[in-house]
Amino acid sequence: MHFAPILAALRRHRLATALIALEIALACAVLCNACFLIIGQIQMLHLQSGVDESSLALVHLDCDGCNGSSLNARVMSALKAVPGVQAVAAVNAAPFSERAGDNGITLDREHYVAVPHFYLGGPGAAEAMGLKLVAGRTFQADDFRPADIWLPPDTPVWITRSFAERLWPGQDPLGKEFWSDKFHLRVVGVLAHLARPDPGGRRGADAAEWSVFAPLAPGTVLNGVYIVRAAPSDLPRVLREARDAAQKAAPEAVLNLAQSRTLPDLREDFFRQTRVMVGMLAGVIVALLLVTSLGIVGLASFWVQQRQKQIGIRRAIGATRGDILRYFQAENFLIVSVGIVIGTVMTFALNLILMKFYEVPRLPLYYLPVGALALWGLGQLAVLAPALRAARVPPVVATRSV
Amino acid sequence: MFGYYLDLAFHSLRLNKVLTALMVLAIAVGIGASMTTLTVVHLLSGDPLPGRSQFIYYPQVDADTKGKDSKEPLDMLDYQSAVDMWNAKRADRQALTVQSMVRLNPGDAVKSPVLTMMLSTTTDFFTMFDVPFRYGGPWSGQDDVARSRVAVITDDLNQKLFHGENSVGRTLRLRDSDVRIVGVLKPWRPSPQFYAVRGGRFADGDTSDFYSKPENIITPFFSGLEINDGNFQQFTCWHLPERAGHLVNSPCAWVALWVQLNDASKVADYRRFVADYAAQQMALGRFTHAGNTRMRSLMEWLDFNGVLPGDVRLQAWLAVAFLAICLLNTVGLLLAKFLRRSGEIGLRRALGASRVSVFAQYMVEAGMIGLIGGAFGWLLTLLGLWLIRQQPVAYADLARLDIPMFTLTFLAAIGASLMAGLLPAARACRVVPAWQLKTL
Repeated sequence: MHFAPILAALRRHRLATALIALEIALACAVLCNACFLIIGQIQMLHLQSGVDESSLALVHLDCDGCNGSSLNARVMSALKAVPGVQAVAAVNAAPFSERAGDNGITLDREHYVAVPHFYLGGPGAAEAMGLKLVAGRTFQADDFRPADIWLPPDTPVWITRSFAERLWPGQDPLGKEFWSDKFHLRVVGVLAHLARPDPGGRRGADAAEWSVFAPLAPGTVLNGVYIVRAAPSDLPRVLREARDAAQKAAPEAVLNLAQSRTLPDLREDFFRQTRVMVGMLAGVIVALLLVTSLGIVGLASFWVQQRQKQIGIRRAIGATRGDILRYFQAENFLIVSVGIVIGTVMTFALNLILMKFYEVPRLPLYYLPVGALALWGLGQLAVLAPALRAARVPPVVATRSV
Repeated sequence: MFGYYLDLAFHSLRLNKVLTALMVLAIAVGIGASMTTLTVVHLLSGDPLPGRSQFIYYPQVDADTKGKDSKEPLDMLDYQSAVDMWNAKRADRQALTVQSMVRLNPGDAVKSPVLTMMLSTTTDFFTMFDVPFRYGGPWSGQDDVARSRVAVITDDLNQKLFHGENSVGRTLRLRDSDVRIVGVLKPWRPSPQFYAVRGGRFADGDTSDFYSKPENIITPFFSGLEINDGNFQQFTCWHLPERAGHLVNSPCAWVALWVQLNDASKVADYRRFVADYAAQQMALGRFTHAGNTRMRSLMEWLDFNGVLPGDVRLQAWLAVAFLAICLLNTVGLLLAKFLRRSGEIGLRRALGASRVSVFAQYMVEAGMIGLIGGAFGWLLTLLGLWLIRQQPVAYADLARLDIPMFTLTFLAAIGASLMAGLLPAARACRVVPAWQLKTL
């Protein structure tokens, strides 16, 4: 294929050529960045919470001025009596539920280094939730001590691997200490995963697992929220009966219906906005590709019509249909390539803007070749119909009205 | 002449239906997407108190003993500072506000206990923020200090409990107290819920909760603290409070003070008052630093908190980029369409039409495409806003097209298509008649 005559012809249509190239460039910039945003959001949707979600439900009672111990005793025995319940434990929160305690921590009692979420759990809570310890020890019965405002003064805790990496990069976190206000905490176990109740958002993927799990005896501080474990197939029925049982056991409490759900439901709700965003971005991408290809079809058909005579002449002097087809495809390839070159610059400019204002990470380089391939393909597809029409122009056209 | 151009435009649009449809589609989709998001931006970034917001200020002092003068003060006040400044009555109007979740007990009207948000404030709140009443009115200044058990409820709650009847004089049982209803509001939906805005800079753009509906129950500030003692949430604490939920005289920031200052000299005076108060508290040893005071106007405060959710801003930018691509596409298609008719243009020019009239004719045609595109774009905008209303966000119920945005939809569509038509029309009117006639 000789590009020289194509370039010569394009020089006579500078405006239209520039328009298509510019359109491709803009499409490239928006396409790459929108895809990048989508993939980030989809990764968020597949976030591992670190608990056996499908077997868990939460029962949440708001009890103002209740005696915590008496409430726990009544509700937990009522919940355990629900047929199908495998385990019940007092907790303060679960992944995708309402947050219960974000607290700044220090390593030196002076300077705050991070704000993790503190999960508090009574005896059996870790087992019921299905937390996976990768190092350290399980909690013993005497680790569950009572507290009257927040935690016991010295508390052994588990932290997640990713939070340990944040606090002590590259070191073994076991046995390390940190403080939350005046409370002293000691790491005795490391969890594979445990997401905060509200992972993601613009806090970033790194902070999604900044969680601390602390043992606590149910009572003044820990009451009203219970994790219920049951076989996944039983879970909806168990939850329904557990809600009724809890309300009956504690008539003075208000059942928080929005929070008393199965974990899969809580997760579904939590990510609804993310899914809307993914849908919207996908819609933008599809519409964008459609509009861009329609533009190419429109302009290419116009060109074909305008150049009917030239095509006829070329056919008359021996060009085959394939030659004509290849000519238009090569032309489109050239224009799209120019568009992609400009688009590369615009893509990174847009990414920089997004990084500055929306804390989006840097766009990985491999998005560009993928985006380029997609746009080349789109261009070739869009130009196919007009090019085929051009190839069908009979040589006899050349003889008309010249 | 204009009529003739319209006629020509109609004729031309009918001539090549596919190309026309493509252009109309491009304009409609671009306008639909951008107007949907711009409507949301417009609704969420407006002034919640038009004509009044410039008199409303939000003073801040910093009681945090761990803080420094170089940092922004905390977004809320500690109890002592808030009440001291309120008591000084140095502003034209002043209102303390604090929110809490309260239990509404079963009574004549309520079947089972429910938890609901309660706002506790002082009587100036209603006049300061122009809150409309349907029945009754605000409580008196006397009720504020006497800690009367009274309440104002929203239209929403009044519909739910009393089927919209005049419920003034009836009682509600809040936790362990009976409160007497003294006023019922008309539907009131400030956007954003400006008096509750705080902490925006820590929300990472996740600020849609600033657009929540107002609290159902409003009680006098000090009465509220007594009724719901133990259930208050801190904005933040620099030491652990002794009793969770009981924050009076705790090392926590949790109360907001709003003041109304009717002229510039009063604003300057009040700034000085706030600074003096902080200095005096430092002299008394309660503050460890005193230079950290601020007083932003309402709009400055909303701006500082970045009330517009990050998602909404991102969507708006995407939509505008999308509109740009659609327009570029329309430029290309119009160019194709106009230049294809070079022969016709040549003939008209040869018969005496001036360049200007050729230009005008093509601009009319472009504008017509814009008008039709605008109509479809308007339908798509309505669809887009409907989709937003289905979302589980606090501002969902606000997403409606108002008259200015409706007008703007058409103006934008026509303006955009005229802009898109500019280049092709300029090209078209430069067609040299002789060249075209030769080949006819």
